[in-house]
Amino acid sequence: MVSPTPLQAFSAVPKAPTKTSKQTLVDGEKMTGAQALIRTLEDLGVQDVFGIPGGAILPVYHQIHDDTKFRFVLMRHEQGAGHAAEGYAVATGRVGVCIVTSGPGATNMVTPIADANMDSVPLVVISGQVGIDSIGTDAFQEADTVGITYPVVKHSYLVTDAQDIPRVLAEAHYIARSGRPGPVVVDVSKTAQVGEMYYSWPQKMILPGYNPTTKPHGHVLREAAKLFEQSYRPVLYVGGGAMRSNAGAQVKELADLTDSPIVTTLPARGIVPDSDPKVLGMLGMHGTLAATAATQKCDLLVAIGARFDDRVTGKMDAFAPAARVIHIDIDPAEIGKRRQPDVPIVGDVAEVLDALNAEIKRGQAIRGATNLKPWWNLINSWREKYPMKYDEATPDGTLSPQWVVEELSRQAAPSTIWVSGVGQHQMWASQLIDFENPHSWISSGGLGTMGFGLPAAIGARVGSSRDFGGKKPVWLIDGDGSFQMTSEELAAAFIDNAPVKIAILNNSVYGMVRQWQTLFYDKHYSQTSIRDGENTEDIINVPDFVKLAEAYSCVGIRATTQDEAKAAIKRANEINDRPVLIDFRVYKDAMVWPMVAAGQSNDTVTYKPGVQPLLHNDTSDSGSDSSADEPQTDTDNAIVAAGAASTAQSEK
Amino acid sequence: MAIYPASTPHSERHTLSVLVENRPGVLARIAGLFARRAFNINSLSVSPTERPDISRVTVTADVEQVPLEQIIKQLNKLLHVLKIVDLDNTDAVERELVLIKVAANETNRSDVLEIVRLFRVRVVDVHPESLTIEATGAEGKIDALLGLLHDYGIIELVRSGAVAVTRGPHALSEKVVGSEIRGR
Ligand SMILES: Cc1ncc(C[n+]2csc(CCOP(=O)(O)OP(=O)(O)O)c2C)c(N)n1
Repeated sequence: MVSPTPLQAFSAVPKAPTKTSKQTLVDGEKMTGAQALIRTLEDLGVQDVFGIPGGAILPVYHQIHDDTKFRFVLMRHEQGAGHAAEGYAVATGRVGVCIVTSGPGATNMVTPIADANMDSVPLVVISGQVGIDSIGTDAFQEADTVGITYPVVKHSYLVTDAQDIPRVLAEAHYIARSGRPGPVVVDVSKTAQVGEMYYSWPQKMILPGYNPTTKPHGHVLREAAKLFEQSYRPVLYVGGGAMRSNAGAQVKELADLTDSPIVTTLPARGIVPDSDPKVLGMLGMHGTLAATAATQKCDLLVAIGARFDDRVTGKMDAFAPAARVIHIDIDPAEIGKRRQPDVPIVGDVAEVLDALNAEIKRGQAIRGATNLKPWWNLINSWREKYPMKYDEATPDGTLSPQWVVEELSRQAAPSTIWVSGVGQHQMWASQLIDFENPHSWISSGGLGTMGFGLPAAIGARVGSSRDFGGKKPVWLIDGDGSFQMTSEELAAAFIDNAPVKIAILNNSVYGMVRQWQTLFYDKHYSQTSIRDGENTEDIINVPDFVKLAEAYSCVGIRATTQDEAKAAIKRANEINDRPVLIDFRVYKDAMVWPMVAAGQSNDTVTYKPGVQPLLHNDTSDSGSDSSADEPQTDTDNAIVAAGAASTAQSEK
Repeated sequence: MAIYPASTPHSERHTLSVLVENRPGVLARIAGLFARRAFNINSLSVSPTERPDISRVTVTADVEQVPLEQIIKQLNKLLHVLKIVDLDNTDAVERELVLIKVAANETNRSDVLEIVRLFRVRVVDVHPESLTIEATGAEGKIDALLGLLHDYGIIELVRSGAVAVTRGPHALSEKVVGSEIRGR
């Protein structure tokens, strides 16, 4: 800032002509804000939009015609529209777009917005708002949408002037997909929708406070490469950020270069195919024993687009206690949020890994690669001793839910996109499906939103038709509880021609909560029986999922035996003109193992009731440590006691 | 790693200067971040700056270093936030305005006026039973003044919250490209 000389300061001559703040734009095509909104979406290349109309957004809906360049998918609930857009975004890698009305329409969107925020899903939510004269008067269907969503969005706008619409939407779309992706809310007042403006394209974005870093700095890469050279027990801990950055190939290259095992979070399942011997599966609360153990015992933890979520780390202080940490993330705020890294690298995961891999190759050309044979011997011994196992036979003769998941995986086309609800079935899906492709696993990770499954599957199916000619089938693995939170979307699935395949693991209970009640709340099954698949005559069975499917013109099949299940899956795989729902009657007391109780150290991981290999310090690679199968007695961990008690009834 | 609540009785005082786009709703977004992280704000002031498109938020708070870093990073994620600095007390000028209504009658008025003179502050309102004093200064001076006036009985007190600038010829906004847009 130049300080004026005294003379200038008192001079009567104005220094420069003052610009008028309001620029009068006369360039461009004259139209209404609503027309501009539709035109902007077209110019942004948006191909599919989800939503439900209403009064405060009617001017916009009025401008959707047969020749509009995007397809509109009419959902039955705004929450469904939001999750559908999320499923679409994850499956296609593009921004999911929703258009909903004000007030209740917008508040119904809060859950998907928060969900997208937690899982970094690119989403643009356009909501109607009352006219500016009514804002703040408690007008009909007025809600402070921007205010309500502040804490759960990446950014939000209230548009009051038609002229701003194209610029704001261009910015919103860019913000949603760039940097760390996330949801952006654009609340458009009716005044802006009906107001006149001059449309021009492209638009100049004005985002002085937004500069995501994508390129890593050189010196941290050298430091990271050096840590690899000095480590004998590295682990690549890969999260959803790697998926958003489409960095599967780079992760695989790093693993191969450094001979490191790959463990993933829930959203990163499939980033490198499960058939790759370096992949140990998911870690954490319900991760594989090998993945959790390797992370606990590693000396170098490379967090790649992962954020040290408590479902992954267990008790934070005891997480990977001996490890030095390299943390790669596009969001600087993630670095040091939960654990201080030794080498922080801010940047886009794919770009960072490309640079890091090159740096490692340079080093290896001089010094050669580190021999990790002992580390792999140890890891392989865990894998052999503690594979993903379950009881195929159940005490009451119902299907084993884990078996159903494995059978679904066995019969599925390799290109299948898998979607899940939230609960035990979600964990089993993550554990037991063989994921062979990235972007083929869609599940609510951060927020854990029941009801996510069906609409997300519809969105994924719309994305599959758009990008892959519908060649990628979509299978939803859902719980009877989760499914009922958004089952109305069966209508959208049928009418909008999204032939999703639905597997309901029907255990008649909120299984995951029941598991906790079994283990930690004295088997007091308070409010977790939902009675929708009870075999007992005198107990009501509401709803009948087969009839429910049929009511929506979908195919409904029930499977109570393995033969029925196999046949049902086969039939479902053959039907492609409408949604198919299979009601699998499964055992209600099946449990998800391994498990780390909430808030406990990952060292307490229970492989199955009574077996806690890491507490036995089973880190030898002898492979003959029989003590690992004996129940623990020297620990007060609740899971052991309760788990052991349930062994008797559930093992045979 | 995470230390919450972020503010404990022994935490060190920090002064954050935050340049933001001058738009409606900015303060709510910033305040929301502080609230969510149990960050106990000591004072907060927001006002226009030398540039019409930029406002400046000054926050003082007693807070631990680690949560402070996290909140600075989170603030940086807000798109309307243009720049943040944790002002170093030795390199910044910090001032606060205080209005103090003291119970002072004819028996002790001259004593109070003596304090007013010593501190070079001003009396802005006189009543047979009270004096209202306007004082500006750094925190230490204000605290000392209040300490002395306390014995006479403080009827009412209002503080503006601290404002601060770095010493020397540079402005925080120098490298900030303008926002041009004034609406939301
Ligand atoms: C919207 C919502 N409400 C409540 C919960 C808490 N919750 C987590 S898992 C679960 C039970 C899920 O039951 P179901 O969908 O039948 O799946 P299962 O665990 O039986 O496989 C509940 C109620 C949640 N995650 N989301």
